[in-house]
Amino acid sequence: MKSISVENLSKSFVNGKEIVEAVKPLSFEIDKAELFGFIGPDGAGKTTLIRMLTTLILADTGTATVDGFDVVNDYTEIRKRVGYMPGKFSLYQDLSVQENLEFFATIFQTTVKENYHLIKDIYDQLAPFANRPAGKLSGGMKQKLALCCALIHKPTVLFLDEPTTGVDAVSRKEFWEMLKRLKEQGITILVSTPYMDEASLCDRVALMQDGKFLRIDTPSQIIKNYSKTLLAIKGKEMFPLLQQLKQIEGIAMAYPFGEHHHIVLHKDTLSIDQIKSQLQNIQELEIKSAKPDIEDCFIYAMQNN
Amino acid sequence: MKSSEENIQYAITAKNLAKAFGEFIAVDHISFNIKQGEIFGFLGANGAGKTTAIRILCGLSRPSSGEATVAGFDVFTQPESIKKSIGYMSQKFSLYEDLTVIENIRFYAGIYGLSDKDIKEKSAHLLKHLHLDHEKDKLVGSLPLGWKQKLSFSIALIHEPKIVFLDEPTGGVDPLTRREFWEMIYEASQRGTTLFVTTHYMDEAEYCHRVSIMVDGRIAALGTPAELKKEFDAESMSDVFLHLARQATRQAD
Repeated sequence: MKSISVENLSKSFVNGKEIVEAVKPLSFEIDKAELFGFIGPDGAGKTTLIRMLTTLILADTGTATVDGFDVVNDYTEIRKRVGYMPGKFSLYQDLSVQENLEFFATIFQTTVKENYHLIKDIYDQLAPFANRPAGKLSGGMKQKLALCCALIHKPTVLFLDEPTTGVDAVSRKEFWEMLKRLKEQGITILVSTPYMDEASLCDRVALMQDGKFLRIDTPSQIIKNYSKTLLAIKGKEMFPLLQQLKQIEGIAMAYPFGEHHHIVLHKDTLSIDQIKSQLQNIQELEIKSAKPDIEDCFIYAMQNN
Repeated sequence: MKSSEENIQYAITAKNLAKAFGEFIAVDHISFNIKQGEIFGFLGANGAGKTTAIRILCGLSRPSSGEATVAGFDVFTQPESIKKSIGYMSQKFSLYEDLTVIENIRFYAGIYGLSDKDIKEKSAHLLKHLHLDHEKDKLVGSLPLGWKQKLSFSIALIHEPKIVFLDEPTGGVDPLTRREFWEMIYEASQRGTTLFVTTHYMDEAEYCHRVSIMVDGRIAALGTPAELKKEFDAESMSDVFLHLARQATRQAD
């Protein structure tokens, strides 16, 4: 049995006079114990999709099951089984760390003790602040507490909506290490993020934009399927270089990429020497072929969407 | 040559700048000089003291000790003059969502005391430059995030400040718009505006002329991205950042 199965699920909202198709009809399946990422910018439809699967809003069209239960008919069953960490901090700010955890355990008719093994690693870091009101914790600590509360009833499927947004690179790395350990315990994890570099940490990802999946596959397969010729270029003055590259015929796209600019060629007819010959007054020029990463794939897919 | 060094007009100077809250030293004696037109990346883990430092440099918080000037004005004695000389935008502080694009532009231009004639010229130019001509009567709340952020940045520049503070300007923005945003940053830098930028995207650290990395309230590293990568024998700025930020002993709370 698939952990999640979705067919033609869609949702629109009315915004003033406009109808916004937040999620266009989507179909996909997610395996048990899979770590699956919805990767996309704000407004891509990630939250709407998660809210339909967690039975918080009804879809306009389509069907979906979570852990074998229908999101409409069996919503009470689903709510007992899933853990959900919303993008916005939603714990009780005036309850202490300990009280929040006990509250959520009680609501789900279990005890903190019973499932402590699931949260031990994470809770150890929170333990020194057990009596502090949740509202007085730092961003990173709030996030850890929210994860503990979402796990305390031993969910089969865990939904995490942008758990790492606004979090620094070190804490993000730690958070993903926690997710990996949870996955090893057999929990299916759906996580959304606007950070493209987190895609490689998922088993499979859906690249999302404007309510659609641009790609859905393993990160390595998405990269493998990138069909364009990609070059990396750098020089002493990066901005004039970028402006010049954009004027060269045969270059489909040029954009900053870390210490280089990436160049996507229309066809392979343009050689490195031909590009060099069309650049003026750029010192310390270096140009070489480049391997695409997920962000290159996303940019290309966006442009050709 | 020493005298010409001293004559450089710095946009921002800080010398042993510190701010304590009780016994907690949020900003622990930081020093740097930022040149006019420089894109300066101000990195650090959550809780490293970035926000406190930015608040001081924007004239919003009085430091405990040290010296600092922004646009030539002293942070202790001339915070009001600083506020007039800088622009500020952050991911959180957006514009008025229930005002239209043009109303927001007029509102902020008016706040900064631009004349009616200037407001008219500036708004026309800004709408054209951002390709927002057709959207000018739309409520800002209905625009996609990427457009909001570009508009917000342009409005932060409307009074032609010498220095603009950008606090995580590209959070949650799609990868293409994020890069267009950086092109706007480059353009502003070429016109001579100084840009003081924070970000959690490490590839964006590479786009800065120089980068500082704060750890536990101190500046643990400062230099061009190339210098820092060499100094820490790292392949990318992300590796440099992780290496330094992991040495933090301060709890991020």
